[in-house]
Amino acid sequence: MSRSAARELALFLLRAPTRPAGVEAPRLKSRTGVEYPTEWARRYAVRLARAMVLDDVTLPLVTAAARPAFYGRDALERLEGPVIVAANHASHLDTAILLASLPPKRRHHTVVAAAADYFFDRHWKAALSAFSLGAIPMERVKVNRRSADAAAALIEEGWSLIIFPEGGRSPHGWGQEFKGGAAYLAKRCQVPVAPVHLRGTRAILPKVPEPARSRFRPGKTAVRFGELLWPSEEEDARRFAARIEAAVALLADEAEGDWWTARLRAGRAETPSLRGPAVSPWRRAWSLPASADPSRRPSGRPEGSAATAWDEG
Amino acid sequence: MSPRPGVVLEVDRSTPPTLFWHGEGFRLEKLPVGSRIVYAPEPVSPLANPDSAIRQALENPLGDSAPLSSLLRPEMKLTIAFDDVSLPLPPMRAPDVRQRVIEAVLQMAAEKGVDDVQLIAALALHRRMTDDELRHILGERVFNAFAPYGLLRQHDAEDPSNLVHLGFTDEGEDVEINKRAAESDLLIYVNINLVAMDGGHKSVATGLSSYKSLKHHHNVRTMQHSRSFMDMHHSELHTSNWRMGKVIADAGVKVFQIETTLNTDTFPEQFRFLQRREWEWALADRAGFFASSRALERTPPGLARKIFHSIKAPHCLASVQAGEVGPVHARTLEHVHRQQLVTVEGQSDILTMGLPFISPYNVNSIMNPILVACLGLGYFFNLYRGRPLVREGGVVIMSHPTPWAFNPVHHPSYIDFFEQVLAETTDMFEIESKYETTFATDPWYIHLYRTGHAYHGVHPFYMWYWCAHALSHLSRVIVVGGERAAVRRLGFSPASTFSDALEMAEDAVGRNPSITHIHTPPLLIADVQ
Repeated sequence: MSRSAARELALFLLRAPTRPAGVEAPRLKSRTGVEYPTEWARRYAVRLARAMVLDDVTLPLVTAAARPAFYGRDALERLEGPVIVAANHASHLDTAILLASLPPKRRHHTVVAAAADYFFDRHWKAALSAFSLGAIPMERVKVNRRSADAAAALIEEGWSLIIFPEGGRSPHGWGQEFKGGAAYLAKRCQVPVAPVHLRGTRAILPKVPEPARSRFRPGKTAVRFGELLWPSEEEDARRFAARIEAAVALLADEAEGDWWTARLRAGRAETPSLRGPAVSPWRRAWSLPASADPSRRPSGRPEGSAATAWDEG
Repeated sequence: MSPRPGVVLEVDRSTPPTLFWHGEGFRLEKLPVGSRIVYAPEPVSPLANPDSAIRQALENPLGDSAPLSSLLRPEMKLTIAFDDVSLPLPPMRAPDVRQRVIEAVLQMAAEKGVDDVQLIAALALHRRMTDDELRHILGERVFNAFAPYGLLRQHDAEDPSNLVHLGFTDEGEDVEINKRAAESDLLIYVNINLVAMDGGHKSVATGLSSYKSLKHHHNVRTMQHSRSFMDMHHSELHTSNWRMGKVIADAGVKVFQIETTLNTDTFPEQFRFLQRREWEWALADRAGFFASSRALERTPPGLARKIFHSIKAPHCLASVQAGEVGPVHARTLEHVHRQQLVTVEGQSDILTMGLPFISPYNVNSIMNPILVACLGLGYFFNLYRGRPLVREGGVVIMSHPTPWAFNPVHHPSYIDFFEQVLAETTDMFEIESKYETTFATDPWYIHLYRTGHAYHGVHPFYMWYWCAHALSHLSRVIVVGGERAAVRRLGFSPASTFSDALEMAEDAVGRNPSITHIHTPPLLIADVQ
């Protein structure tokens, strides 16, 4: 066979045939969003690669930038079997910090529920999320059984799940209503929920609505685990979701003050709501605790230390 | 050691060369023996605890005003207006004093449960600020709490639905201001009184008004009769604003004025020589001057401009007073005068000045020829109380490169004003009667003002009128080192060197003229006896 004939043959074999103009091209089925298949990311080789990247790159970097302090992890360490970790959500750092807070064995057997419309809307984002965090797509815009079924199947296989019941990062620093996903899965699979409060992540990397601008500023964070919450027979998913939210609110109160005062307030049913005061937007923004507000000006000199204009007057 | 007062130095043989600003650069010029140099007083000491001083001022108001906390109630409508990016110059290091004051006010409002709060930048006909500029002025905390919810506005003087006509003054002047501000239960105005011209009733009556209202005091006649703008008791501009302030008060608009003064600490450490007296320049100052002036000579103008506009002044809060407009402003002026007044004996034949890279209207922008004229003849010439530093029929020599260059985003109407109007005539009254209305009502300029970052179509006219008093007073204006075509377009005379300029001036003032050099910035007011 001559050289040119061999080249032609190679091109014929390797190149796809061109489509005649009169023939309509079939529409390629989108495999992004909630349809994105993530099974490949749980194969042993991929899990091994993810474990190496997580343990040796991602988590050391995040830990250096966020300097997390962990409280109450003992409840989780005593548990055998899967758990649903439900936390407040204010920053992209939250997932990595939660993964860092889990014991290594559980960390490498955990999937993360991630917004299908945000993390799985492009192939590259979907692949990156599935590989780097073990993310699975969760529908948050419309009712869809598929994502819940997929998550339930994984929990029944023994995987733990990290989920943010608020459905997305807080745009203003205050919490949002806890949706029923975590509670529903816990009831359906009869696994406990570990309520977690993350403090300080928004001050490092906030989500802020336009025209404000996100900025990355290293700082300190605190991760508080509460007592495991088991679903009960007589409690529906909505009530259980409210109980999870209340548990996280209690941890938030504890984070801003101390354990005992938070308990006293809880006893009097006076635990501050995660969602902040029901006032105008500016006052909600203004009354954010400093730990959730990346824009606070450091306070200056101590009070009354010097002359003032009024004194001069 | 308390700061030293200003000084008038008589140049002798041993006087070192004098620093002249020259746009984005500076030069040393040897002034003739016998010339006078007016040096500004040294910066006053800053308030040691500004946040505490602000809180005390809010709770101990001047005049007939109750403490701010007692004026706040939950169901009220509260508006906080503040000065725009034209103050201070150069922009101050964070935290800006407006941020400090507004944070203190909001803290009180939050404690009192005031839900309906809006912030309005009092732009008048200035350009809209960028988010970065607003963030710098207000700080991130205030910006993030208000901007995302549409509660941080920039006054739009061309939005009829957001303006309200409050009536006429005794002189028949329209008083039209921002509707939200007028209809609020309380309007708090936060100002920076960098010079004596700022503040008082001018804050609301000008900053929150419309062209309909502004044209009554921003016109050639008023400007010619403001002698000077820095002396409100002899300024027609201020008299008109005070009349308007009375109408605003009579219409029931309750204004709580918060005025601040800054010290004149204008340049950071690496440029400290710019505000030192030349005979006191240490080795570091001389080295700083040499290195920076040589480097700037080799720097492309655009880059040099960027470098200078990135300077943040180490200004510090020198005083803060709050309450009723009149008494507050009177106290503010006392502070400004205490800091800036320099007594000067008599006028001279020639006034010389070096013009820096910045004026109130080209922050983060290009100082175009019209702004050069405005800074020299509108601002520096008017830095006096009593009589001008230069006699009637005298000459002003200013130093600036005066490039034929404009920022098309910020100053679109300036380009047409320079290319079309000044090409035809420089006569103020002719320009006013023939062209002003066309530019002021041009829909394209209005569109750019409302939606972009453009000064209003009429703004270059005001900058030109700003020179009215000086141009009617002087016989000649000479620009040293300016682009010849641009200088001639302004009706001024270009000169290559300072000594050429002095020779040219002899035509008007004769041989052996008396010369005064105003050594600013830092800012000063010459109290000419």
